[in-house]
Amino acid sequence: MLRFIVRRLIQVVPTLLLLSVLIFAWLRSLPGGPAAALLGDKATPEKIAELNTVLGLDQPIPVQYVKFLGRALTGDFGNSLITGQPVTAEIARALPATIELSIAALLIAVVLGIPLGYVAARYRGRPLDTATVIGTLVGVAVPVFFLGYLLKQWFAVDLGWFPPSGRQAVDIDATHVTGFAILDGLVTREFDASWDAIVHLVLPAIALATIPLAVIVRITRASVLDVMGSDFVRTANSKGLAPSTVRERHVLRNALLPVSTTIGLQTGLLLAGAVLTEKVFVWGGLGTLLADAITRRDYPRLQAVVLLGALVYVLVNLLVDLSYALIDPRVRVR
Amino acid sequence: MRALLEVEDLTVAFTRRGEPDSVAVDGVSFDVQPGEIVGLVGESGCGKSVTSLAIMRLLPERGNRVTGSVRMEGESLLDLSDAGMRERRGRDLSMIFQDPLSSLNPVIPVGLQVTEVLTRHRGLKKDAARREAADLLDRVGIPDPRRRLDSYPHQLSGGMRQRALIAIALACTPRLLIADEPTTALDVTIQAQILDLLKQLVAETGTALVMITHDLGVVAGLCDRVNVLYGGRIVERAERHELFRAPRHPYTHGLLGSIPRLDGPPGEELTAIRGSVNDNLPWTAACAFAPRCPRALEVCTASTPEVEEHDGRLLRCFNPVEGS
Amino acid sequence: MTSVLARRRNRIDDLGGRSLSADALIRLRRNPVAIVGAVIIGLFVLVSIFAPLIAPHDAAAVFPELQRNLRPDSIPGAQPGFPLGSDQNGRDFFSRLILASRQTLIVGVLATLIGLVLGVVIGALAGAFGGWVDTVLMRVTDVLLSIPSLLLAISIAALAAQPSQTTVIIAVALVNVPIFARLLRGSMLAQRESDHVLAATSLGVKRSAIVIRHMLPNAMGPVIVQATLTLATSILDAAALSFLGLGDGDPARAEWGLMLANAQAYLDVRPALAFYPAIAIILVALGFTLLGEALREALDPKGRR
Repeated sequence: MLRFIVRRLIQVVPTLLLLSVLIFAWLRSLPGGPAAALLGDKATPEKIAELNTVLGLDQPIPVQYVKFLGRALTGDFGNSLITGQPVTAEIARALPATIELSIAALLIAVVLGIPLGYVAARYRGRPLDTATVIGTLVGVAVPVFFLGYLLKQWFAVDLGWFPPSGRQAVDIDATHVTGFAILDGLVTREFDASWDAIVHLVLPAIALATIPLAVIVRITRASVLDVMGSDFVRTANSKGLAPSTVRERHVLRNALLPVSTTIGLQTGLLLAGAVLTEKVFVWGGLGTLLADAITRRDYPRLQAVVLLGALVYVLVNLLVDLSYALIDPRVRVR
Repeated sequence: MRALLEVEDLTVAFTRRGEPDSVAVDGVSFDVQPGEIVGLVGESGCGKSVTSLAIMRLLPERGNRVTGSVRMEGESLLDLSDAGMRERRGRDLSMIFQDPLSSLNPVIPVGLQVTEVLTRHRGLKKDAARREAADLLDRVGIPDPRRRLDSYPHQLSGGMRQRALIAIALACTPRLLIADEPTTALDVTIQAQILDLLKQLVAETGTALVMITHDLGVVAGLCDRVNVLYGGRIVERAERHELFRAPRHPYTHGLLGSIPRLDGPPGEELTAIRGSVNDNLPWTAACAFAPRCPRALEVCTASTPEVEEHDGRLLRCFNPVEGS
Repeated sequence: MTSVLARRRNRIDDLGGRSLSADALIRLRRNPVAIVGAVIIGLFVLVSIFAPLIAPHDAAAVFPELQRNLRPDSIPGAQPGFPLGSDQNGRDFFSRLILASRQTLIVGVLATLIGLVLGVVIGALAGAFGGWVDTVLMRVTDVLLSIPSLLLAISIAALAAQPSQTTVIIAVALVNVPIFARLLRGSMLAQRESDHVLAATSLGVKRSAIVIRHMLPNAMGPVIVQATLTLATSILDAAALSFLGLGDGDPARAEWGLMLANAQAYLDVRPALAFYPAIAIILVALGFTLLGEALREALDPKGRR
């Protein structure tokens, strides 16, 4: 098992290296050259020349790449063109908001998705199943940002059930400890602050959860159907086992293998979806950071957020692979 | 002596929306005496596996219609509740399947797959069940059974897997075991070992065995009585030695002619049955085998042959091979 | 000798290709999901072809009688000559909605097609040659796939000094490339081991001929399925790029994603401005998805029983 983990970790290294090469190439092809792009409005010929020296852009490309890699490894992605602050610090501040939102969305998708997919498979071909399948197909066809606006318009503006935007009400005097609004409230025993954060979280989390939910339902359904038709489930039935034993020990354990992979893949998509959702709900996380960076052409920020997104995606899928090995003994030997 | 299993007029039709029903098993009747070994022989698609799944009530819930009756010790299995049938499966009658790898759950240890049937039907506690399971694995010839309890199916060889499945099926000493092509997926050398094991175990425990196979060689070494199926119907039934000595139905005759015999004259030519199951005629108006039959008469394509009894054997043929 | 080979080859092709696709077509026609999808897509294509005939006005034309009544809190609704009223700039909303179908179709089809062609070429090369070609190509593909697709599209689109419809198409197309490359390579690898390719190899058929005549046609089923599904995601991705301000900056251009993105600001004033393009996008994406899923089901040999 340990050897499997180590081997899998080592496999990630070339991926990350190649990723850095791609980002480096991307930086080199920015409009007007990297220095001009990184300086934005403040670009003057002198400043460009100065930055070129600092970044080593007057040196041969391999040297440039090594320098870039060194800066990336130390977390130095330059300063934001919008705020002038180090990008890394900005990201660190925005990260908890996005993690909170993503976890909430993923929870909704998994907690609803797996049972729904199972039930649909169990009652295959009945109206409940048909409705579920249609629902999942429509779910992936709705643009996330439009859904966000719809939810906001109906449940926040028209009905007033939820706040329309932001992470916390302005008039709540919350102490910030970890940056995770809900957790902070619990730690400091300011439960009203926690509750307020949860209320703010509901609509954006639902908007962000739609697509992963639809995908998880579909994969679970397909996978359960597949396993229910398998030989070993027939064997389990031929032993006369109780239906609950067949379901939990034989059907679900096997059916959840592909689902766990899907959940990993969805985490990456959550980050992308967060960009859209956060813009709609003015959430103030990484997505907002990125959306602003796009409109204002803030390349240092853009570069760092994209790199982080890819990094998280790679690591989450690594975790999924490892957890896969826990459930499926066949993987461990390979 | 009362029969252990009586199958009467068992018919299984697969129903599909927008298509006519297709009849896989068509009025099959046979019985099994306690401790007896009965063969169900035919080529693929003749309905032998469907028959066994219908007896076990393991056919998919939807998309098929089962009629006729299946009685075990006088009790109608088809009329039992789902829960009642679950009580019996694994305890009174059990089954082993063709592909031992796919028939075992890949993600849980073999031991659990043995113990779960013990805890379910014999109410054993965890430790007792484990001890019993190790005993069982030992009895089916799996070396180092204690360690093997924690192995996963992919860590066992094909023969070991089938042994494990046999251990599972015999865990509660059922009175009936149905084996559906249990050796087809195995190497030839392993096949013989598994057959010997089955023969020995059913003799020890007094379990009756229904052996489903396409391989007459398997039948020859094992079965007391043999049912030959063609196109979903029984075309010949006889005691083993009778059948091999003098096959009467042209299909049986053809099957025997297509396998080499050690005791045949040197240079004997093998004969193949021409055509395939796809050439079958519907039983409703003809003999299904007629298009492939070397002895077919005009009547064979014009009306349905009925089952008749000839000197203790059952035969469904207008123009049987002469007995010697 | 060659004629025997050729005949044999054709027979292999017949077995693999034609009967399968004919079968698939029959199953497709029986599937209600496929029919619904096909009807939606058929309507969409028809409307986009005849858009200039259906739309009463030009997409860019500003009408003074509409513009006059534009207020921060109200946008003129339906009136004679303007069936769906005005958009936020005093143009005929109905005409724009109809004409936009064409642009959306162009974006979706081009982004998919470019992605497909590049992806198929890369995947075929990797799968056909194996070895270091395969290793290098697939490493790069994997890394591209490890960047969430929208982030990748954003990064590519942001490289353009001036965002336009072309940059949107290119960005979305490049995101699609690794998907097709992986798909094709997987299929090629599976086939390299398969009996019909081994048979062709043992008959002495040239490698290029094997790849083009035996392997590619058999890999096309999954590629067509993926392309149909990709048409849906491409349209959605393009809409997302527009929403993030990476779409075409030209306010006169009528495209559903762009219209939807630009209408978000007027959701209180006139929700219809967002609703109609949104429903159009959802329907079209749904249509392609339904068709793709039905195709997948029809082409799956497992379903051939």
